[in-house]
Amino acid sequence: MSEPATPDQPSPNPPSSAAMQGQALRTDPKSFVVQGLAGLRNVVLPIVAVYFSMRSMGSLAIIVAICAGIALIGIGTFSAFLRWRKFTYQVNEEDIRVESGILSRTARSVPFERIQDVSLEQSLVPRLFGLVAVKFETGSGGGDDISLLYLGEAEGERLRELVRDRKDGVASDGQKPAIEAVDGSDSAQSEPTAEDSTVLFAMDQRRLFTFGLFEFSLAVFAVLAGLSQYVEWFVDYEIWDADLWRGLIAEQQGWLSGLGYVGQALGALLGVIGLLVVGSATGLVRTYLRDWEFKLEQTPRGFRRRRGLLTKTDVVMPAHRVQAIKIGTGLLRNRFGWQDLNFVSLAQDSGSTNHTVAPFAQAEELDPVIRAAGFRPPDAQLDWYRASKLYRTDSIILGSAFFAIAAIPTAIFAPAGFVLIPLVLAVVVAVANYYAWRFHRHAIDHTQIFASRGLFAPRTQIASRIKLHSVGLSQGPIARRRGYATVHLGLAGGMFVIPGVPIERAMQLRHHVIESIASTDFSQLR
Amino acid sequence: MDAKQDDVPAVPGDGLEDADPGKLTKLHINYKKALRVQTTLVALPFLIAALLVEEAEVLPKGLVVIPIALIALAAIIRLPARRHFARGYAMSADRLRVVRGILFHSDTIVPFGRVQHIDVDQGPLERFFGIATLTLHTAGTQNSSVNLPGLEHALAMDMREEIRSHIKRESI
Repeated sequence: MSEPATPDQPSPNPPSSAAMQGQALRTDPKSFVVQGLAGLRNVVLPIVAVYFSMRSMGSLAIIVAICAGIALIGIGTFSAFLRWRKFTYQVNEEDIRVESGILSRTARSVPFERIQDVSLEQSLVPRLFGLVAVKFETGSGGGDDISLLYLGEAEGERLRELVRDRKDGVASDGQKPAIEAVDGSDSAQSEPTAEDSTVLFAMDQRRLFTFGLFEFSLAVFAVLAGLSQYVEWFVDYEIWDADLWRGLIAEQQGWLSGLGYVGQALGALLGVIGLLVVGSATGLVRTYLRDWEFKLEQTPRGFRRRRGLLTKTDVVMPAHRVQAIKIGTGLLRNRFGWQDLNFVSLAQDSGSTNHTVAPFAQAEELDPVIRAAGFRPPDAQLDWYRASKLYRTDSIILGSAFFAIAAIPTAIFAPAGFVLIPLVLAVVVAVANYYAWRFHRHAIDHTQIFASRGLFAPRTQIASRIKLHSVGLSQGPIARRRGYATVHLGLAGGMFVIPGVPIERAMQLRHHVIESIASTDFSQLR
Repeated sequence: MDAKQDDVPAVPGDGLEDADPGKLTKLHINYKKALRVQTTLVALPFLIAALLVEEAEVLPKGLVVIPIALIALAAIIRLPARRHFARGYAMSADRLRVVRGILFHSDTIVPFGRVQHIDVDQGPLERFFGIATLTLHTAGTQNSSVNLPGLEHALAMDMREEIRSHIKRESI
């Protein structure tokens, strides 16, 4: 094993803080008072509950409530005190360590290189005591990092400065200061100069119209159904009342049969046309609202996307933050060669970690966008590997087994003929699985890893090998016996899973990816 | 669309050194003991419930308590040994491999260059047995924290130092 934390480089900070180094420190003693006070809020309700439940006993209730309150506060304060006693942090040459826990002990070590931001937070009560919460953020996927609950203001400030100094001292070559490294999230910032930017993808009116038609949606009917339920409250009109509808239909039937066959067919046709019109209109309106004047530009600061009719959004994302790309399509639009392109990054875009950078484009239009993000679309030389054939067999069996089993009670209890429904479904699932297997593929080249799936609407995901974080193989009981595994790639901000890979191939895949990951450290990625 | 299947091309350094189960380091023997105590604690409520059912005398004597006691006994004796056997790790110069699972097998490799921060945890049981759990946190959404339980506490601390010093070396 290696020697622990040797001071192999001069400390860049003043001796005053160096004196505190390597020594386990506690948080400010006042912090357990603050946490005890915060605990008070939790005590109030039980006390009130105790009081009301015993109100019949008169003055005794008050005494019991007060005793319970004192006991709860005492216990709360005592445990807060214990927690405070057992919580220590330590600033070393290379990392910050926190040890905590009364019964279970936890020791966490965060290297300075990995700290992306130090934030100081003051809420009301700590503020009265002159305390701050110091939070260290790393890029970890789980989102848990270090928070020091309540240090003195001066100590908090000192820690922040210290971490910044260390970071600068440690990785001086081309690394941005802490603040810069973090702000890459989606916020429109200083306007990039117009002359430096090139338009990568934009949608004109015609494109938008076509897109809108493909976004055909009957969601409006769901909304109407929801609304009608809401309306029910106001109108004395039982919309879910079967009798009412039966009456209505009976009425209509008389009227309909009066029209004759031609009339009925005409009516049905009109109904279908109506649905088409409403669905298309919904799609058009939604698309126009969202993607009006869609424009993706490449600027010195990264990709800049502007869109929206009523709510205009302007998003800038640095190119190096793009972890992977996703190319998708739809059932129908695929027949016409329309595809969409998403970037996967850690930054959030209206709740999802995918950034739509080209919602509706032909393959040759996507090409420059993909290349601008530092990726390459799959080319002809790429060696695609399919999932294991055993995996295909197992997924067919497992997929249809559900319906096949459901057929048994149906055959026994349901009227004759109904048994065909689950049986047909079982066959459909089996056939779908059989054909889908052909499109279940993955490939690897020198810098990228590709995975593709989908029969009618193929989806392709491309990740940069060095931007992955871990590789895991998992096998269930069946997979283990049959010699295939699911490959899980640790991708920041998204999932990258390749199921049903033959075990030798999975091992090989993992080896190659791990080799590329291990060749570059995380802090050199940004 | 020239898709191959089950066809492994000859690649230099064909990646199979990561696959050798013989190279895995076994976990500390105390991990098995800790698991045994844990299983016992889990089994206890079931045994008590079975005894209560027995007391109520709704079913013939021994119909509930005997099978449950047998299952519990089997679980306490057999399961920890098998779980201990199925787990293992391999630490090389720049990566940690963690293997686990009897039925649902998983085999994960984390390169040290991607470790965000490192935890060494000890629950009350683990403290009693002098073992600890090493957890590596990465920025990936999947496998964002990789746990390796059942290490001797001192060893876990050493491994933490080793991994941390690697992070340091890499980023200079």
